Amino acid sequence: MTAQTSERGTRATYRRSPGSAFALWAGRVGWRHLVMIVVAAFALFPVLFVVSAAVNPVGTLSSARLWPTGAGFDNARDLFTNTPFTTWYANSLFFALTNAVVTVLLSALAAYAFSRMRFRGRRVGMIGLLIIQMFPQFLAIVAIYLMFSTIGEYRPEIGFDTRWGLLLVYLGGALSINTWLMKGFFDTVPKELDESAQMDGATHAQVFFRIMLPLVTPVLAIVGLLVFISTINEFLMASVFLRDTGAKTLGLGLYQLVESQRNANFGMFAVGAIMLSLPTLIVFWFLQRYITEGLTAGAVKG
Amino acid sequence: MASDSNAGAPGPGVPARTSPSGGRSSGSGSLWGQLVKISLLGLFTALAVWAVLPLYVDGNWWGMAVVAAVLVLVYLVYLSKRTVPLKYLLPGVLLLVAFQILPVLYTMSTSVTNFSDGHRGDKDQAIAAIEAYSVTRAEQGREFGLTVATVGDPDLGELVFLLTDTEGTPYVGDIEGLRPLDDATVDPGSGRVTEAFGYTVLTPAQVNARSRELEEFAVPVGDGSGIRANSLSTAYEGRATRVYDADCDCVTDTETGVVYTADDERGAFYDEDGQRLPQGWQVNVGFDNFARFLFNPTFASSFFSILVWNIAFAVSITFLVFVVGLAIALTLHTPRLRGKVVYRVLVVLPYAMSSLAMYLLWRDMFNTDFGLFNQLLGTNVDWLGDAWTARFAVILANVWLGYPYMFLVATGALQAIPRELTQAARIDGAGAWQAFRHVTLPMLMVAMTPILIATFAFNFNNFNAVWLITKGGPFPSNDPSAGATDLLITYTYRMAFSQATAEYGYAAALSVMIFVIVSVMSVISLSRSKALQEVDR
Repeated sequence: MTAQTSERGTRATYRRSPGSAFALWAGRVGWRHLVMIVVAAFALFPVLFVVSAAVNPVGTLSSARLWPTGAGFDNARDLFTNTPFTTWYANSLFFALTNAVVTVLLSALAAYAFSRMRFRGRRVGMIGLLIIQMFPQFLAIVAIYLMFSTIGEYRPEIGFDTRWGLLLVYLGGALSINTWLMKGFFDTVPKELDESAQMDGATHAQVFFRIMLPLVTPVLAIVGLLVFISTINEFLMASVFLRDTGAKTLGLGLYQLVESQRNANFGMFAVGAIMLSLPTLIVFWFLQRYITEGLTAGAVKG
Repeated sequence: MASDSNAGAPGPGVPARTSPSGGRSSGSGSLWGQLVKISLLGLFTALAVWAVLPLYVDGNWWGMAVVAAVLVLVYLVYLSKRTVPLKYLLPGVLLLVAFQILPVLYTMSTSVTNFSDGHRGDKDQAIAAIEAYSVTRAEQGREFGLTVATVGDPDLGELVFLLTDTEGTPYVGDIEGLRPLDDATVDPGSGRVTEAFGYTVLTPAQVNARSRELEEFAVPVGDGSGIRANSLSTAYEGRATRVYDADCDCVTDTETGVVYTADDERGAFYDEDGQRLPQGWQVNVGFDNFARFLFNPTFASSFFSILVWNIAFAVSITFLVFVVGLAIALTLHTPRLRGKVVYRVLVVLPYAMSSLAMYLLWRDMFNTDFGLFNQLLGTNVDWLGDAWTARFAVILANVWLGYPYMFLVATGALQAIPRELTQAARIDGAGAWQAFRHVTLPMLMVAMTPILIATFAFNFNNFNAVWLITKGGPFPSNDPSAGATDLLITYTYRMAFSQATAEYGYAAALSVMIFVIVSVMSVISLSRSKALQEVDR
């Protein structure tokens, strides 16, 4: 973006005269600053409010202000002592991380087959994958509930209130629109690369792991990020599966916290909300160079 | 892994590695791969054995057959050399079939039944429940000390009664009948069973959780008699006042003399006046569930008004996030702007926050008594209590959460458009707006259309967006089932899970209708874009 020169900019250097310098500045970049300040204010005020509420020593919704009136760690302490916060947090991170890693792997495997191989049922498979997306998985929640009631009777280890049962349900959605995104990115890798590797005696598995995967890192990162975000924010399936307080995720825990005592627990909720956002913020920060590239990869090349 | 890509022509210098037979699998290149493959297959076999064991103990041959079939399929795919695409697809597809496709098919089959709270099991179960429910104490009926237990899991296992008669002899009673119990510990003080081999004794809280089931549970002891719980610790033997007679296919109430005749079309017993017994059974009702939403005046009016709002909700959010995101992207699309990186980070921040927590935060900011908006504006508006302000609130919250994604995508798409094109248009005399309208925007739309469709489809079913803020409300005073901000999906959810009678049949029919609506809209819009053509490349 920075390498390009805007036409507006070149014209401006031509005609600069001292009297109209401000008008020029305002017409060129000044209005941009103005717009961005307004947008940034809109983007920031809820974040500011939640931070302010988190450090607010009183810790109620009614006493929370947009700008903090005092600072203390009372809410954080309450959250750690009064709730199984660490368990909730660990559960949230477990689901988000495991689901992201396994989904990326399974989705990449399938995308490789769809992108590089020609087989019967390929077209049907890809379109079917798109169609099944239109049926939101949780509409089938009654069926999933009955299914895991039965499974839980045989193997309580993967039934309700366990990590593995819910993880399995999440993994049922591993092949999804993400597989399409990945397939689009795989298509941009020249076929000659893997053909020449196969000439040199590489097996298809070696081509996949040693040649393809390193070349498609941006899309792996972005799919991983998207799955991570959607899992950590998943509410409905988790609320059906995890009923025991100790088995809940942080999102469910926070919901329960403000559901029962909306005003009084707001400070604790605010601390939890920030903690819940932290992993996403961190992942975002580290993956930011991939994000624009990955998000537009499937679309832009068309 | 198995080497089936034998297309490799023998290189001149390395004849040893190019033997076309399976010999290469033992070559150095894939030795590690072979080891991984063997250990993964071993792990999967171990899992299958782990899954089969309890099925075998229970004698569930269908379950065992399914596990065995999956195991055989996995072995076939990974040991054969022909099924290369399947090797890559199988893990994801197996999970997809098990946890998405099968539940969806089951939901579709449920949509043509009357599956709901009063219609859960089959007819025999309904009859057993009716009879058990009507057991009243007989004059000389025996009394028992009672301990409620289950087979297996306390929440889901089959209920059993661990009983002790007046002499302290322990029995076990389940749906089959009463049997003596051998391995039981009887507490001499209370005279009740405290522990029994093979059964899980429930705590009072666990019993309470299953109290509704308990009401319809009785241990049959022959000729119309049964043992029913009296309290948490006692049970009595009594006679069923409502008795089923197979000859007339009816239930007779021996006290009132009313005869309830089975209606196999509606799945319940009805008397002459059309009064039904609460316990019914599941029957196929064809397309009645669908017809109710389309033709029954009350349901059709709430269904269609929700549908209209649902479309308006998804369209306005998609449009607004697109406009806002694109406007920001255009504002920042200039080479020299001080603080551009800072602006970018700030503007993307809402996307990086946890949406679940942010929905709850927005709900609380709109709170009448303590919320931020009333505090800042100095007003006392019940934002979420009025239909239109509530709608405004959900849309505003979702635009806040959704525009950064559009901004990121639009930035990427803008960068992909060669700048020479707009420059050429400007040289030819087009104004800034004209150049944008006729050159940049059309090119942008090519890239953005699939994203916009995806955004629309996502928001059409954005459960959290509405449920966490308004729960679908506010509700009109005469109809607590359909609220002003209800999406079809929250309406469905409430129907299946939150209402007094869990109407799974109707909810499943609604699910199928949502599926059809979204599919049709997506297929129409996708067929206009290029995305589907990608398949054929």
